Amino acid sequence: MRDESREEPVLRVEHMRIGTLPAISFEVAAGECLAVEGPSGAGKTRLLKAIADLDPAPGHIFLDGVERLEMFAPAWRKAVRYCAAEPAWWTETARSAFCLDAAGAQRLERHLAAVGLEAADLDRPIALLSTGERQRLALVRALIDQPRVLLLDEPTTALDVAAAALVEEQIRYLLLAGRSVLLASHDRGLVARLAHLRLELARPVIAAARAAS
Amino acid sequence: MSYVPLDLPDLGLAATLLVVNGVISLAFRLGLERSFAIAAARMVVQLAIVGLALKFIFEVNSPLWTALFALVMLAAAAYEVGARQERRIRGWRALTLGAATPFCAGLVATLFATAIVIGPDPWYAPRYVLPILGMMLGNALSGTSLVLDAVTQGAVRERNAIEARLALGATRFEALDGVLRRALTTGLMPILTAMAATGVVTLPGMMTGQILAGIEPVAAAKYQVMIMFLIAGATGLAVVLAGLGAVLLLTDERHRLRLDRLAS
Repeated sequence: MRDESREEPVLRVEHMRIGTLPAISFEVAAGECLAVEGPSGAGKTRLLKAIADLDPAPGHIFLDGVERLEMFAPAWRKAVRYCAAEPAWWTETARSAFCLDAAGAQRLERHLAAVGLEAADLDRPIALLSTGERQRLALVRALIDQPRVLLLDEPTTALDVAAAALVEEQIRYLLLAGRSVLLASHDRGLVARLAHLRLELARPVIAAARAAS
Repeated sequence: MSYVPLDLPDLGLAATLLVVNGVISLAFRLGLERSFAIAAARMVVQLAIVGLALKFIFEVNSPLWTALFALVMLAAAAYEVGARQERRIRGWRALTLGAATPFCAGLVATLFATAIVIGPDPWYAPRYVLPILGMMLGNALSGTSLVLDAVTQGAVRERNAIEARLALGATRFEALDGVLRRALTTGLMPILTAMAATGVVTLPGMMTGQILAGIEPVAAAKYQVMIMFLIAGATGLAVVLAGLGAVLLLTDERHRLRLDRLAS
């Protein structure tokens, strides 16, 4: 690190507006995990999708100092990867949803093993997999091409305790490897163990209306 | 060419068959008897106006009047596409797409037919241009609305899968690839079945009309073959334009799925 300034954050969000929430600004550095907190409906998913540029939202987002609009949108999403709470599939089996180069194919088995899956699971019909298996496969799908920033939306909700522990370990590993993670989760324990920073999304308008009545 | 001309009493005789529909509506309490009367009256008035208008246009045989009548047909086609959509895409760009697609496809096929294939003298002879344009527009129009419907419905139904693919870095055309392909198939299916069934299951309206008008059946069949090829071409063109346009309108330049652009 140079001495004249702080290290450039990987992800910088400036004055992002989600619904009626006050403008949101924050920075996340390499290896840092930011927990996005708030009650259901507060806008956690909307914020994560806006950061992945999947939903239009006013405000600026920078990845390594480059504004999102300066990047081709698909390239932005390859680097800033949103991983949905209920992952969707568009193929019969998971394998055809992975389009991998040779290096990716080598990483695949390791990634699967890390979350308690095996290569054979890729060829089972998606419809016959359990919710938890689908969620872990979707995590592998989101990690395999090594995005810089991960936006994890409830990554452990559908998982049993053992699988959730594996996913937590995987997230910890990603952070050690220098990735940045935004984590929206109702699992307080998971958040407490992983998060370095916290962002609380309140619902100021509704709260004010309730207080007045 | 010889045919038996119809008089007004003949038409009145045929109209008595409408009574059957009236009786059905009353017997089953469908409440459709008024609608039937109005629809029948509309048909008579509309066809009378079109008949008289065409008579005038054929007599003057001028490119200006031909073009004017064609424009009216195109405008009606554009309106129909909009009216037929179950969930419309909001905004002027969607209206333009719905109007421009049958317009382009119909016009291209018609000009190809009259200027190159048939070659009447003069090439804009309204007796050839207008009926063919009408058939092209009708088919391009059904193709357009089928595809627009299929793309919007597919995008709504597969919203999560499309967003998952976008999130993984797919472009809008990659993410909507399955939706688009199914929509194009839907749009092309009618002409495919029509070509296969023509002459076996159905006798096409135009060929029937020509035969009734005294044209030799083989000559009428040749005309029908040409018309079917033209329809296939016009439909194909309309389907592709409408499909690509619908994908572009339901996404934006940042490759986001924009279902908020659908009118509810």
